[in-house]
Amino acid sequence: MLLNKDQLINWLNKLMQAYQVFVPVKEGDYFCFKQINSGDQVILYYTNSKVPPKEVLFPRSEKLFYYRCENDGVQLTEQIDESKKIIVGLRPCDAKSLLLLDSVFSSDKYQDPYYLTRRNNTVLVGLGCNQPAATCFCTSLGGGPFATEGLDLLLVDIGDRYVVEVLTERGRELLSGMELPAADQEAQEAARVVKEGASLSSQVNLEGLKSKLDVNFYDPIWDMIHEKCLGCAACTYTCPTCHCFDIVDEAAGNEGCRIRNWDACMFPLFTLHGSGHNPRPTGKERFRQRVMHKFKYFVDNFNAIACVGCGRCIINCPVNLDIREVLAEIQGSEVRSDKQ
Amino acid sequence: MKNPYLPLPMRLVKNFVETEDKLIHTFTLEFLNEGDEKSFQYLPGQFAEVAVFGVGEAPFGIASSPTEPGYLKFSVAKVGVVTTALHQLPEGTILGVRGPLGNSYPIEEFKGKNLVVIGGGFAFTTLRSLITYILHPDHRGDYGELTVIYGARNPGLLLYKDELAEWEKRSDINLVCTIDRPVEGWSGRVGFVPAVTKEVAPSAENAYAVICGPPVMIKFTMPVLEELGFPPERIIMSLENRMKCGIGMCGRCNVGNKYVCKDGPVFTRAQLNQLPNEY
Ligand SMILES: Cc1cc2nc3c(=O)[nH]c(=O)nc-3n(C[C@H](O)[C@H](O)[C@H](O)COP(=O)(O)OP(=O)(O)OC[C@H]3O[C@@H](n4cnc5c(N)ncnc54)[C@H](O)[C@@H]3O)c2cc1C
Ligand code: SF4
Ligand code: SF4
Ligand code: FES
Repeated sequence: MLLNKDQLINWLNKLMQAYQVFVPVKEGDYFCFKQINSGDQVILYYTNSKVPPKEVLFPRSEKLFYYRCENDGVQLTEQIDESKKIIVGLRPCDAKSLLLLDSVFSSDKYQDPYYLTRRNNTVLVGLGCNQPAATCFCTSLGGGPFATEGLDLLLVDIGDRYVVEVLTERGRELLSGMELPAADQEAQEAARVVKEGASLSSQVNLEGLKSKLDVNFYDPIWDMIHEKCLGCAACTYTCPTCHCFDIVDEAAGNEGCRIRNWDACMFPLFTLHGSGHNPRPTGKERFRQRVMHKFKYFVDNFNAIACVGCGRCIINCPVNLDIREVLAEIQGSEVRSDKQ
Repeated sequence: MKNPYLPLPMRLVKNFVETEDKLIHTFTLEFLNEGDEKSFQYLPGQFAEVAVFGVGEAPFGIASSPTEPGYLKFSVAKVGVVTTALHQLPEGTILGVRGPLGNSYPIEEFKGKNLVVIGGGFAFTTLRSLITYILHPDHRGDYGELTVIYGARNPGLLLYKDELAEWEKRSDINLVCTIDRPVEGWSGRVGFVPAVTKEVAPSAENAYAVICGPPVMIKFTMPVLEELGFPPERIIMSLENRMKCGIGMCGRCNVGNKYVCKDGPVFTRAQLNQLPNEY
């Protein structure tokens, strides 16, 4: 189907009647996903947002429940967000990252009602990448600038119009009442040209990486790979697949709430035991954990790499530590067996 | 969808100073709401997240046994924010408890076997749960000989002194308590746990060893157990990585691809040999 760019704002305004609508907006010199109250706030010319749209479903900070202590009991009030949401304009890599988070927040034994309720109530309208950034490497992770996995609709920008690819029934419903014309041959051809023109300048070679990580935990390569890392966690806070969190209480008198906040394995206190012992005492162990989690442990547990190639950790690292180079170095290292 | 973050309210009915140095208190908690106790079905070795409302949560091994209905017990060392707050709480305070969490000791596998239980310091908590469970008349017959080796720096630091005295009197448990250095009035053994284990030399035949204690104790007791012939599949340990969620989501407690909160905290030595040493 075809959506004229000047129809977009009307469409968003219409969606707002039934949904909370989240779109990329400009904040200072970067982009992030925010709820808007008028369709004209949308900006769809961004390359990638600084903070991934996962924060719509898994906020940086969220209240889990309120409590009020009484004389002989405590009253707990859950704080589950059941509002219907739409994210418009997220990139295919970010859509894929949500599929990875789904496996974390829903196991056989436990379901995270905060994430999963939002997730079930959220429709995803993607925006293909006509010009991927120099740091993007989504194709190496099985994605692509116009990949549709996890999306309900995909918009392909062909100049003054979007070709709208309808991927799910939920997606189709969003367009009801819009009476959009089908994409004519000219538009289809334009979309094809755009897709072909979107070339990624960077790739990573993942062949054999997992089998190397299976055995190189004690490899001296870790002593050197992390060296410039400052442990600032900019990479993890901006990664669409990172999901670590902390849980804290905030209280005033006999009432308060329990809150969870994003946390990161790059911080030294993350694993510090009460006894003072720390299983990951230096930057080496913490950096290794980050790489291992994404490229080995997650694969062991969920049969998928926990990286979608969005390049945010590369752009946002203050010392230019590049995950692509790290992986290449590991690739290039000798195969060693463990515990030597 | 059941919300695994919501605690059950419990009343602190006893805040007992367990050790001479006052750094360990044992807390007895009773369920506030009818039905909660039924839903809280646990086995020895499991843990729970205990919350002081307004201060926070921390994970503790359950020191009571499922054979002791009506309450839960936790023995807590004062090391930080939550544990200090707990120590100061007046009896009657309402706490929050999430659980039971994690796996348990393989009590089914233990059936028909002899057990050697080795504890050091205040890590004796979940071992108390296990021992109490086995000594219960409903279960004692399912298990073979029970040897317990338990060490502390000095007699005042031993946990559960009343129970130790009772166990001492029983013929169906071989209890060996030891302290690091001789003290007046102590008639028991003197010496570190690894050395005492070597002296007691429990047979590895048809037996499991369950060990819980500070890392140094474990490090030096391991070779003794190996020498005695315990294979890594029959040495059971319990890890204490730092935790928050307790349900495998906050990403904090992993050792390799295992989450201590969900896949553990109980592991065999053989399982740990397959994992990196991040614990
Ligand atoms: C499965 C399991 C079972 C356990 N069972 C027991 C048990 O039965 N009994 C028991 O006593 N313990 C047990 N523990 C350990 C217990 O969970 C910890 O001691 C407890 O979480 C500490 O909580 P806290 O809030 O008091 O400490 P925190 O205040 O969180 O402090 C913990 C440590 O971190 C340090 N720290 C915290 N914040 C900072 C900071 N900003 N800067 C520098 N350092 C900091 C503290 O100094 C301290 O060393 C168990 C742990 C696990 C995982
Ligand atoms: S690891 Fe880096 S490139 Fe991969 S998904 Fe996370 S931020 Fe993007
Ligand atoms: S952003 Fe760079 S410096 Fe900061 S923790 Fe990540 S790798 Fe290290
Ligand atoms: S405590 Fe959160 S993952 Fe284990």
